[in-house]
Amino acid sequence: MSEHIVPPKVYVGIFLSLMVLTAATVAAAYVNLGAFNIVIALAIASLKATLVVLYFMHARYSPKRTHMVIIAAVFWLAIMLALTLSDYVTRDRDVAANTPMSQMLGS
Amino acid sequence: MHRTGELYGQFETLEQQKESAALGMWVFLSTEVLFFGGLFMTYTLNRHYYGVAFGVGSNTLDLKLGGANTVVLILSSLTMAMSVWASHVGKRKATTSFLIATLVLGTAFLGVKVIEYKQKFDHHLIPGYHFQIDYRAQHPAPNDDPKEIEAEKEELSKAFAKDPDLNAHAQLYFSLYFGMTGLHALHMIVGAGMLVWLIRQSLLGRFTPTYNTPVEMIGLYWHFVDIVWIYLFPLLYLIDRHR
Amino acid sequence: MHTPTSTRAATGAVYKMPQEHYLNSTYGIRSWLLTTDHKRIALLYLLSVTFFFFVGGMFATIIRIHLMTPQGFLVTPETYNKLFTMHGVAMIFFFLIPSIPAVLGNFALPLMIGAKDLAFPKINLLSWYLYILGGCFVLYSFSTGGLDTGWTFYTPLSSVYSNSAVTPAVLGIFINGFSSILTGLNFVVTVHTMRAPGMTWFRLPLFVWAQYATSIIFILGTPVIAITLLLVGLERMFHLGFFNPALGGDPILFQHLFWFYSHPAVYIMILPAMGVISEIIPTFARKPIFGYSFIAGSSIAIAVIGFFVWAHHMFLTGESVYAALAFSFLSYLVAIPSAVKVFNWTSTLYQGSISWDTPMLYGLGFIGLFLIGGLTGLFLACLGLDIHIHDTYFVVAHFHYIMVGGAVMGYLGGIHFWWPKISGRLYPEYLARVSAIILFTGFNLTFFPQFILGYLGMPRRYHSYPPEFQVLNVMSTAGASILALGYLLPMMYLVWSLKYGTVAGPNPWPATGLEWKTDSPPPTENFLVTPEVTWEPYDFETRPDLELDHIVAGKLPAPAHGDD
Repeated sequence: MSEHIVPPKVYVGIFLSLMVLTAATVAAAYVNLGAFNIVIALAIASLKATLVVLYFMHARYSPKRTHMVIIAAVFWLAIMLALTLSDYVTRDRDVAANTPMSQMLGS
Repeated sequence: MHRTGELYGQFETLEQQKESAALGMWVFLSTEVLFFGGLFMTYTLNRHYYGVAFGVGSNTLDLKLGGANTVVLILSSLTMAMSVWASHVGKRKATTSFLIATLVLGTAFLGVKVIEYKQKFDHHLIPGYHFQIDYRAQHPAPNDDPKEIEAEKEELSKAFAKDPDLNAHAQLYFSLYFGMTGLHALHMIVGAGMLVWLIRQSLLGRFTPTYNTPVEMIGLYWHFVDIVWIYLFPLLYLIDRHR
Repeated sequence: MHTPTSTRAATGAVYKMPQEHYLNSTYGIRSWLLTTDHKRIALLYLLSVTFFFFVGGMFATIIRIHLMTPQGFLVTPETYNKLFTMHGVAMIFFFLIPSIPAVLGNFALPLMIGAKDLAFPKINLLSWYLYILGGCFVLYSFSTGGLDTGWTFYTPLSSVYSNSAVTPAVLGIFINGFSSILTGLNFVVTVHTMRAPGMTWFRLPLFVWAQYATSIIFILGTPVIAITLLLVGLERMFHLGFFNPALGGDPILFQHLFWFYSHPAVYIMILPAMGVISEIIPTFARKPIFGYSFIAGSSIAIAVIGFFVWAHHMFLTGESVYAALAFSFLSYLVAIPSAVKVFNWTSTLYQGSISWDTPMLYGLGFIGLFLIGGLTGLFLACLGLDIHIHDTYFVVAHFHYIMVGGAVMGYLGGIHFWWPKISGRLYPEYLARVSAIILFTGFNLTFFPQFILGYLGMPRRYHSYPPEFQVLNVMSTAGASILALGYLLPMMYLVWSLKYGTVAGPNPWPATGLEWKTDSPPPTENFLVTPEVTWEPYDFETRPDLELDHIVAGKLPAPAHGDD
């Protein structure tokens, strides 16, 4: 942690940005963008999270090793999601998803 | 026992102690990312397969309450950050006030969650023997808006046509809903407990510009819990609102 | 036995036990159960992990006796399922994973970096209590119905259909997981912030690098198995459906989440052992280690790449062929840093001045057995081969070569290497060497036949087998009895040495680490004066404090022996 003291108006500014982004994500949810909805939702959430990490959590003013910890955590989560999904998206999934359970049991 | 503010025996300087505390808290938060991450992985897969059921489940959530809770929690992050600032510049009374504000907002969040959970209980949406996704549509309460019930019935009949096992898949959605928001709420309760301790320490005048490490560290934890909610809100509440 | 002398044969110096050290500075059970001294906590762990080693070993004994006949004469099939499950759970979660980090890491890491303690001593104690609490839950599970799901807890057997005590067991492992996480957290912060002046990253002993890499895995992997087992418990209690196909859930999802941790977990088990070997080899070959930065880097590489390979455990359970290809390729990649280490250790031995002391015997045994275990891992990573040898005794032999031939030998080597520092005494050298050889012999006799059995097609986790496999099974059981002797002997003579062993002095080997510059046993605060480091690691040539001026005819002094 550095001794850099963030002035309150920065905090208030970040808070207002977060409010705007929250409104934006709700508004975007009411528009039908198909598969793009989830992308927008996650993008806005990630932007909000980044603001919280950088300013509320002082990551912007923290030593390099703090950045390494944050990047490592995000990277490892990404590995878990990406490599697991790499199994599922490369499979032929039609069978299980479209078979009613009454047919799956006891066959 | 050491009183807060003193140099602990294993450290050489107060600076080293502070660095260690900060790194320790960040490392702990990275474990929390992976801890919640397992649930996010489960969510991703299940939503991919059972998108229809997830949409139906999501639409039963009260967006007004969820949205309000999001505002409350982000506001509590602001007050938490302000209490860290206040302790940095030596404003003791402000530090305590901001901490109390954070606690109040956090408690309000938890209160709203109780209301939401109770709603789910009333509508037979708790996973288990009595789970029934169309319970409210079949047995509307006297003060339910008839137009809303009609819309829900229509939504459900379309959904059942697309996914005959809607009930079981919706139950998966609600298992994740309760699992993720429940784990989040548990973290908030722990956070609230730590805030109570912080408020007491602050009232006793323990935090000064040279020593405010507990405020900063618990602040980091609180912001992390906020970030989890920032992701939970769109993922649970906003799946299918454009229907 | 005669009364102990305090003579050290190598230098002719006379050593006496220090008057006050960490063992006698305070008395009473409370001073131990409420200690925050990393050295005492290490000993608390030593006792606990040894206990669980016996628990796991007891199950293994029954298994091996049962497998002497093809029809299985000793226990019912259901009981057999419980035996191998409980053997795995006890050994993996409560012995192998904590052993080197929580015993040797806790004891030596602060000493090696010149610190007074870990960064968070109270959290260190909390780690031990969480371990004990988790252990209690698991023991409760073992004694009230046992566990028959395999240590891998595959669903829906574990989450729905098993009639055994799954819920307390997963709760116990969950709690134990937090013990690991906190230990890893403690180590990472300590290495970053508590190094003595002059102890830069590239002057750190390789054992510290290994612990750091292990801690990365603790921190980033363990939370995933924690949440996964929690979900299994919740599914069992509340009939949720995440992993149950009958309710729309997916058992393969469980396997992905489980192995995301459990594969890196095997690197948790081997990396610290490799760190121990990296300390032992230069000390007993009297040579700086070859390729220091490559060994350090390969530890980190193993920790990182180890997270990319987990689905090689799932080649035959229904994952997509394309994912299987990717994971197979990545599994070959992760072998490279391990190979780098083996090459570097071997190069260190080349033209070194080798003494056949007990730690060195364990170290050499490690290199040979890890080589076999590691190479057979590549067999398993090959998709075409794995179809035939998956779920056979080939796999069982492979992982026992690494975990027992590797990790346990590394652990025992480390115990012997640091025993003088921990206890202030030397163990009887001749007996110790004989034990090491007995252990090595028993080990190979136990597990090499299992490679052949697996190749011939004997499945694992089966309580009975075709009669033509009996000879090899009997050979394996016979070897196990010799192996057991190899474990019991050190326990006995190490305890004996506490009272009757020769007093060791600060640096009996001599070795170059900082921990050898303080008394044996060390004072509670480790160093009376904070050391300042001005030398490179493993620098045998220029360290005047190592009494290397006793060199005669180009030969460095031989290590002190407890029998002299």
